[in-house]
Amino acid sequence: MTSPLRSEPGRTGRVLVLACGALARELSIVSAQSGLDHLDLQYLPAGLHNTPRLIPAAVEERLVAARDQYDEIFVGYGDCGTGGLLDTVLERHGVQRLPGSHCYEFFTGSAAFAELHDAEPTTFYLTDFLVRQFDRLVWRGLGLDRWPQLLGDYFGNYTRLVYLSQFPTPRLLAEAEQAADQLGLRFEHLPVGTGDVEPVLLQLGRQPLQAVPT
Amino acid sequence: MSDDDLDLSSLDDAELVEQMHEDLYDGMADEIIEGTQILLERGWGPQRVLNEALVEGMRIVGVDFRDGILFVPEVLLSANAMKGGMALLRPLLAETGVKQVGKVVIGTVKGDIHDIGKNLVAMMLEGAGFEVVDIGINIDVQAYLAALEEHQPDILGMSALLTTTMPYMKVVIDELTARGLRDRYIVLVGGAPLNEEFGAAIGADAYCRDAAVAAETAQTLIRARRDLATAV
Repeated sequence: MTSPLRSEPGRTGRVLVLACGALARELSIVSAQSGLDHLDLQYLPAGLHNTPRLIPAAVEERLVAARDQYDEIFVGYGDCGTGGLLDTVLERHGVQRLPGSHCYEFFTGSAAFAELHDAEPTTFYLTDFLVRQFDRLVWRGLGLDRWPQLLGDYFGNYTRLVYLSQFPTPRLLAEAEQAADQLGLRFEHLPVGTGDVEPVLLQLGRQPLQAVPT
Repeated sequence: MSDDDLDLSSLDDAELVEQMHEDLYDGMADEIIEGTQILLERGWGPQRVLNEALVEGMRIVGVDFRDGILFVPEVLLSANAMKGGMALLRPLLAETGVKQVGKVVIGTVKGDIHDIGKNLVAMMLEGAGFEVVDIGINIDVQAYLAALEEHQPDILGMSALLTTTMPYMKVVIDELTARGLRDRYIVLVGGAPLNEEFGAAIGADAYCRDAAVAAETAQTLIRARRDLATAV
């Protein structure tokens, strides 16, 4: 990873975390609980995940707009399907991002996520956010409300749905199980909490930025 | 666009083909099957039906997908409609004994189970006159090598949707190189997170951004290879 964007030390004392909307709730909760008042959290629409090629330009636009107002900017995205193009933008601006391929790896850690995926590559993942937004982003987002006959085209190769929960409630659990049922997948629940959210946020604004063990 | 009560058989050939393009665009499988049957009954050869009604219709779909006018669900519906027509034409094409443009082995790389793009590419290649051997998903290097040995294709196609799995394409290409087999095959790669730079960096012959481009690229490269062989 490249060095984070920094101007003169102590110029504003502010750090911007520019993140995927899918991480908004968890970042906000951890930031508030940890008293990280020097962090400003801004989010891009989570729906960008359905069109990853639009993510690099959307992030860059926000970076350019914000860079003079902050000592440091950190991007709360993984590669997220951009095929390295997000990294090209971030290198140009000297900004770091989350390690890993998907922003939801943040909740498990990259190594643990790789292990999970390797054990059963035919797995579809939901987080708290995705459970809440399942109908909008997955079911309707893929057009399954209008064309349920496409279910096999999308999910025919999947065998299980794993709910990587942050703050599970009986209602979220039931909705996650319902989602698995709708997709015709075996359901498993893996409570992973907020994973690397707190250690990453705690490091921001402190020199030098350390790699977060995963 | 097609009215529910539109009698396809009342249309002349040109109108029917145009209507089939619209029905493909709208993913209307039953109408595509009916239109295909009508054209065959009117004496059209299966190759002509394939090229003028189905492939051209899917080409239009592909252009609008590329331009962001159509999205994945609509393209899938169109593809499923085209499959209906292809199912009628495939045995007839086999009977005509027309020489295939070439043979392709295609599969999604190890660790990756996504095959929507791969299936579209396979269909467009078949429409372009290739014999396609689809070896499926989660394919490791040994399975690729075994399929290449068994089927002796002109082209190897590899697909990946995940940033984590796309580097496996290089593993396969490196293994082909190590075994002295790389030059036997045209290697095409594709998938949402890939780009031209990646294709070049791993030593593929071409990166194909979508199914229509894959079919065009396959035709171009196989023609170039044959011209080269003829010239030598």
